[in-house]
Amino acid sequence: MSEVAAAHLEAEPQEAPLTPESWGKLGMWLFLAGDAMSFGCLIVGYGILRHASSNWPVPKDVLGINLTAFMTFLLIVSSVWMVLALAAIQEGDKSRFNKFLGLTILGGAMFLGCQAYEWTHLLVHRLPELGISFSNSLFASTFFILTGFHGMHVTGGVIYNTSVLAAVNRGRYQAKHVEIAGLYWHFVDLVWILIFTFVYLL
Amino acid sequence: MSSTTHSSAQYIKIFYILLALTVIEVGIVYLGLPKMLLAALLVIFAVWKAALVAMHFMHLKFEKRTLAVVALVPFVLCVFLILMLMPDIFPL
Repeated sequence: MSEVAAAHLEAEPQEAPLTPESWGKLGMWLFLAGDAMSFGCLIVGYGILRHASSNWPVPKDVLGINLTAFMTFLLIVSSVWMVLALAAIQEGDKSRFNKFLGLTILGGAMFLGCQAYEWTHLLVHRLPELGISFSNSLFASTFFILTGFHGMHVTGGVIYNTSVLAAVNRGRYQAKHVEIAGLYWHFVDLVWILIFTFVYLL
Repeated sequence: MSSTTHSSAQYIKIFYILLALTVIEVGIVYLGLPKMLLAALLVIFAVWKAALVAMHFMHLKFEKRTLAVVALVPFVLCVFLILMLMPDIFPL
Protein backbone atom coordinates (compact mmCIF):
# COMPACT_ATOMS: atom_id res chain seq x y z
CA MET A 1 0.00 0.00 0.00
CA SER A 2 2.69 2.48 1.00
CA GLU A 3 4.66 1.42 -2.05
CA VAL A 4 1.69 2.23 -4.24
CA ALA A 5 1.30 5.59 -2.54
CA ALA A 6 4.98 6.39 -2.98
CA ALA A 7 4.87 5.41 -6.64
CA HIS A 8 1.77 7.56 -7.04
CA LEU A 9 3.57 10.54 -5.52
CA GLU A 10 6.58 10.02 -7.75
CA ALA A 11 4.47 9.63 -10.84
CA GLU A 12 2.74 12.94 -10.14
CA PRO A 13 4.66 15.76 -11.74
CA GLN A 14 2.97 19.18 -11.85
CA GLU A 15 1.77 18.54 -15.40
CA ALA A 16 -0.34 15.55 -14.31
CA PRO A 17 -3.95 15.80 -15.53
CA LEU A 18 -6.58 16.76 -13.00
CA THR A 19 -7.97 13.80 -11.09
CA PRO A 20 -11.69 13.59 -10.23
CA GLU A 21 -10.82 14.83 -6.70
CA SER A 22 -9.88 18.18 -8.22
CA TRP A 23 -12.99 18.67 -10.33
CA GLY A 24 -14.89 20.48 -7.59
CA LYS A 25 -11.96 22.80 -7.06
CA LEU A 26 -11.65 23.35 -10.81
CA GLY A 27 -15.33 24.35 -10.93
CA MET A 28 -14.88 26.86 -8.13
CA TRP A 29 -11.70 28.24 -9.75
CA LEU A 30 -13.53 28.72 -13.05
CA PHE A 31 -16.31 30.59 -11.25
CA LEU A 32 -13.75 32.70 -9.36
CA ALA A 33 -11.92 33.52 -12.60
CA GLY A 34 -15.19 34.87 -14.04
CA ASP A 35 -15.93 36.70 -10.82
CA ALA A 36 -12.43 38.18 -10.85
CA MET A 37 -13.23 39.61 -14.29
CA SER A 38 -16.32 41.32 -12.85
CA PHE A 39 -14.26 42.87 -10.09
CA GLY A 40 -11.45 43.62 -12.54
CA CYS A 41 -13.83 45.54 -14.84
CA LEU A 42 -15.27 47.50 -11.92
CA ILE A 43 -11.83 48.40 -10.57
CA VAL A 44 -10.48 49.37 -14.01
CA GLY A 45 -13.64 51.43 -14.65
CA TYR A 46 -13.14 53.09 -11.28
CA GLY A 47 -9.53 53.89 -12.17
CA ILE A 48 -10.45 55.45 -15.52
CA LEU A 49 -13.25 57.60 -14.07
CA ARG A 50 -10.98 58.72 -11.26
CA HIS A 51 -8.14 59.53 -13.66
CA ALA A 52 -10.49 61.56 -15.87
CA SER A 53 -12.02 63.54 -13.00
CA SER A 54 -10.57 66.84 -11.92
CA ASN A 55 -12.35 67.14 -8.57
CA TRP A 56 -11.85 63.70 -7.03
CA PRO A 57 -11.69 63.99 -3.22
CA VAL A 58 -8.79 62.45 -1.26
CA PRO A 59 -10.45 59.19 -0.11
CA LYS A 60 -9.00 59.22 3.39
CA ASP A 61 -10.46 62.69 4.02
CA VAL A 62 -13.97 61.43 3.29
CA LEU A 63 -13.90 57.78 4.35
CA GLY A 64 -12.95 56.33 7.73
CA ILE A 65 -9.62 54.58 7.17
CA ASN A 66 -9.37 53.28 10.74
CA LEU A 67 -12.71 51.47 10.63
CA THR A 68 -11.92 49.91 7.25
CA ALA A 69 -8.43 48.93 8.40
CA PHE A 70 -10.21 47.05 11.19
CA MET A 71 -12.57 45.52 8.60
CA THR A 72 -9.53 44.38 6.60
CA PHE A 73 -8.16 42.84 9.77
CA LEU A 74 -11.49 41.05 10.33
CA LEU A 75 -11.46 39.47 6.85
CA ILE A 76 -7.81 38.40 7.12
CA VAL A 77 -8.42 36.82 10.54
CA SER A 78 -11.55 35.19 9.16
CA SER A 79 -9.50 33.75 6.29
CA VAL A 80 -6.97 32.31 8.75
CA TRP A 81 -9.81 30.75 10.78
CA MET A 82 -11.09 29.20 7.53
CA VAL A 83 -7.75 27.49 6.78
CA LEU A 84 -7.52 26.34 10.42
CA ALA A 85 -11.05 24.90 10.08
CA LEU A 86 -9.95 23.06 6.93
CA ALA A 87 -6.82 21.75 8.67
CA ALA A 88 -9.02 20.57 11.57
CA ILE A 89 -11.47 18.62 9.41
CA GLN A 90 -8.62 17.13 7.37
CA GLU A 91 -7.27 15.77 10.64
CA GLY A 92 -10.79 14.56 11.55
CA ASP A 93 -11.15 16.92 14.52
CA LYS A 94 -14.85 17.82 14.28
CA SER A 95 -15.13 20.03 17.37
CA ARG A 96 -12.11 22.14 16.41
CA PHE A 97 -13.58 22.39 12.90
CA ASN A 98 -16.90 23.62 14.29
CA LYS A 99 -15.14 26.20 16.45
CA PHE A 100 -13.02 27.63 13.64
CA LEU A 101 -15.70 27.64 10.94
CA GLY A 102 -18.06 29.25 13.46
CA LEU A 103 -15.44 31.96 14.05
CA THR A 104 -15.00 32.37 10.28
CA ILE A 105 -18.74 33.00 9.90
CA LEU A 106 -18.69 35.38 12.88
CA GLY A 107 -15.81 37.33 11.32
CA GLY A 108 -17.74 37.70 8.06
CA ALA A 109 -20.90 38.79 9.90
CA MET A 110 -18.91 41.36 11.90
CA PHE A 111 -17.43 42.69 8.66
CA LEU A 112 -20.97 43.16 7.30
CA GLY A 113 -22.00 44.90 10.51
CA CYS A 114 -19.09 47.34 10.19
CA GLN A 115 -19.95 47.96 6.54
CA ALA A 116 -23.60 48.63 7.38
CA TYR A 117 -22.45 51.13 10.01
CA GLU A 118 -19.98 52.71 7.56
CA TRP A 119 -22.57 53.08 4.77
CA THR A 120 -25.16 54.52 7.16
CA HIS A 121 -22.67 57.02 8.54
CA LEU A 122 -21.58 58.05 5.04
CA LEU A 123 -25.09 58.35 3.62
CA VAL A 124 -26.68 60.08 6.59
CA HIS A 125 -23.86 62.31 7.84
CA ARG A 126 -20.60 62.47 5.92
CA LEU A 127 -21.69 62.80 2.28
CA PRO A 128 -24.52 65.34 2.90
CA GLU A 129 -21.96 67.45 4.83
CA LEU A 130 -19.78 67.49 1.73
CA GLY A 131 -22.75 68.07 -0.58
CA ILE A 132 -22.19 64.90 -2.59
CA SER A 133 -24.49 61.93 -3.10
CA PHE A 134 -24.70 58.64 -4.95
CA SER A 135 -26.27 60.38 -7.96
CA ASN A 136 -24.17 63.52 -8.34
CA SER A 137 -20.66 62.23 -7.63
CA LEU A 138 -18.57 59.65 -9.47
CA PHE A 139 -16.54 59.27 -6.29
CA ALA A 140 -19.64 58.25 -4.34
CA SER A 141 -21.21 56.06 -7.04
CA THR A 142 -18.02 54.09 -7.78
CA PHE A 143 -17.42 53.73 -4.05
CA PHE A 144 -20.87 52.29 -3.36
CA ILE A 145 -20.84 50.02 -6.41
CA LEU A 146 -17.42 48.54 -5.60
CA THR A 147 -17.93 48.10 -1.86
CA GLY A 148 -21.54 47.05 -2.40
CA PHE A 149 -20.64 44.38 -4.96
CA HIS A 150 -18.00 43.10 -2.58
CA GLY A 151 -20.40 43.28 0.38
CA MET A 152 -22.86 41.09 -1.53
CA HIS A 153 -20.06 38.57 -1.98
CA VAL A 154 -19.35 38.60 1.75
CA THR A 155 -23.08 38.10 2.42
CA GLY A 156 -23.08 35.15 0.01
CA GLY A 157 -19.95 33.79 1.69
CA VAL A 158 -21.48 33.95 5.16
CA ILE A 159 -24.56 32.07 3.90
CA TYR A 160 -22.36 29.57 2.01
CA ASN A 161 -20.11 28.91 5.02
CA THR A 162 -23.12 28.53 7.31
CA SER A 163 -24.66 25.94 5.01
CA VAL A 164 -21.31 24.10 4.80
CA LEU A 165 -21.11 24.06 8.61
CA ALA A 166 -24.60 22.57 8.77
CA ALA A 167 -23.96 20.04 5.98
CA VAL A 168 -20.71 18.80 7.59
CA ASN A 169 -22.48 18.30 10.90
CA ARG A 170 -25.26 16.35 9.18
CA GLY A 171 -22.57 14.19 7.58
CA ARG A 172 -23.30 15.23 4.01
CA TYR A 173 -20.09 17.25 3.41
CA GLN A 174 -16.48 16.23 3.88
CA ALA A 175 -13.14 18.03 3.93
CA LYS A 176 -13.11 18.50 0.14
CA HIS A 177 -16.32 20.53 0.27
CA VAL A 178 -14.85 22.70 3.01
CA GLU A 179 -11.77 23.31 0.85
CA ILE A 180 -13.98 24.51 -2.05
CA ALA A 181 -15.92 26.85 0.26
CA GLY A 182 -12.56 28.07 1.55
CA LEU A 183 -11.45 29.01 -1.97
CA TYR A 184 -14.49 31.27 -2.30
CA TRP A 185 -13.95 32.83 1.12
CA HIS A 186 -10.24 33.55 0.51
CA PHE A 187 -11.13 35.08 -2.85
CA VAL A 188 -13.49 37.49 -1.10
CA ASP A 189 -10.65 38.36 1.28
CA LEU A 190 -8.24 38.81 -1.62
CA VAL A 191 -10.59 41.17 -3.46
CA TRP A 192 -11.11 43.21 -0.30
CA ILE A 193 -7.32 43.62 0.04
CA LEU A 194 -7.30 45.20 -3.44
CA ILE A 195 -10.42 47.33 -2.86
CA PHE A 196 -9.08 48.55 0.48
CA THR A 197 -5.88 49.68 -1.23
CA PHE A 198 -7.37 51.20 -4.39
CA VAL A 199 -10.54 52.77 -3.01
CA TYR A 200 -9.57 53.75 0.54
CA LEU A 201 -5.79 54.22 0.70
CA LEU A 202 -4.71 55.35 -2.76
CA MET B 1 -2.32 12.30 2.76
CA SER B 2 0.18 14.42 4.66
CA SER B 3 0.96 16.28 1.45
CA THR B 4 -2.56 17.76 1.33
CA THR B 5 -2.65 18.95 4.96
CA HIS B 6 -0.72 22.11 5.68
CA SER B 7 0.72 23.04 9.02
CA SER B 8 -1.23 25.50 11.14
CA ALA B 9 2.04 27.18 12.17
CA GLN B 10 2.65 28.14 8.53
CA TYR B 11 -0.85 29.68 8.29
CA ILE B 12 -0.26 31.72 11.45
CA LYS B 13 3.04 32.94 10.01
CA ILE B 14 1.29 34.12 6.82
CA PHE B 15 -1.34 35.80 8.98
CA TYR B 16 1.33 37.86 10.80
CA ILE B 17 2.93 38.88 7.49
CA LEU B 18 -0.48 39.99 6.14
CA LEU B 19 -1.16 41.89 9.33
CA ALA B 20 2.23 43.61 9.24
CA LEU B 21 1.78 44.60 5.58
CA THR B 22 -1.67 46.05 6.35
CA VAL B 23 -0.29 48.11 9.25
CA ILE B 24 2.55 49.38 7.03
CA GLU B 25 0.05 50.24 4.25
CA VAL B 26 -2.14 52.29 6.57
CA GLY B 27 0.94 53.85 8.18
CA ILE B 28 2.52 55.13 4.96
CA VAL B 29 -0.74 56.81 3.92
CA TYR B 30 -0.26 59.23 6.85
CA LEU B 31 3.43 59.90 6.09
CA GLY B 32 2.72 62.46 3.39
CA LEU B 33 4.91 60.81 0.74
CA PRO B 34 4.94 62.07 -2.88
CA LYS B 35 1.78 60.87 -4.66
CA MET B 36 3.46 58.61 -7.21
CA LEU B 37 5.77 56.98 -4.66
CA LEU B 38 2.84 56.34 -2.32
CA ALA B 39 0.78 54.84 -5.16
CA ALA B 40 3.66 52.58 -6.25
CA LEU B 41 4.28 51.36 -2.69
CA LEU B 42 0.57 50.71 -2.05
CA VAL B 43 0.16 48.74 -5.28
CA ILE B 44 3.24 46.63 -4.47
CA PHE B 45 1.95 45.87 -0.96
CA ALA B 46 -1.57 45.07 -2.23
CA VAL B 47 -0.32 42.68 -4.92
CA TRP B 48 2.07 41.11 -2.42
CA LYS B 49 -0.77 40.50 0.06
CA ALA B 50 -3.12 39.17 -2.64
CA ALA B 51 -0.38 36.79 -3.83
CA LEU B 52 0.20 35.53 -0.28
CA VAL B 53 -3.52 34.77 0.11
CA ALA B 54 -3.71 33.00 -3.27
CA MET B 55 -0.47 31.03 -2.81
CA HIS B 56 -0.93 29.87 0.77
CA PHE B 57 -4.59 30.10 1.82
CA MET B 58 -5.90 29.05 -1.60
CA HIS B 59 -3.05 26.51 -1.89
CA LEU B 60 -2.05 27.59 -5.39
CA LYS B 61 1.60 27.02 -4.44
CA PHE B 62 0.84 23.34 -3.84
CA GLU B 63 -1.78 22.78 -6.55
CA LYS B 64 -1.69 21.28 -10.01
CA ARG B 65 -0.64 23.68 -12.72
CA THR B 66 -4.05 23.58 -14.43
CA LEU B 67 -5.68 25.41 -11.53
CA ALA B 68 -2.93 28.04 -11.50
CA VAL B 69 -3.50 28.63 -15.21
CA VAL B 70 -7.23 29.14 -14.59
CA ALA B 71 -6.38 31.58 -11.79
CA LEU B 72 -3.98 33.50 -14.00
CA VAL B 73 -6.41 34.05 -16.89
CA PRO B 74 -8.40 36.96 -15.37
CA PHE B 75 -5.18 38.80 -14.54
CA VAL B 76 -3.93 38.51 -18.11
CA LEU B 77 -7.34 39.66 -19.39
CA CYS B 78 -7.32 42.62 -17.00
CA VAL B 79 -3.91 43.68 -18.30
CA PHE B 80 -5.35 43.50 -21.86
CA LEU B 81 -8.36 45.51 -20.72
CA ILE B 82 -6.12 48.26 -19.35
CA LEU B 83 -3.94 48.26 -22.48
CA MET B 84 -6.97 48.47 -24.76
CA LEU B 85 -8.34 51.40 -22.77
CA MET B 86 -5.02 53.27 -22.79
CA PRO B 87 -6.02 55.47 -25.78
CA ASP B 88 -9.04 56.63 -23.77
CA ILE B 89 -7.06 57.21 -20.60
CA PHE B 90 -4.23 59.10 -22.30
CA PRO B 91 -5.69 60.62 -25.51
CA LEU B 92 -3.11 61.70 -28.09
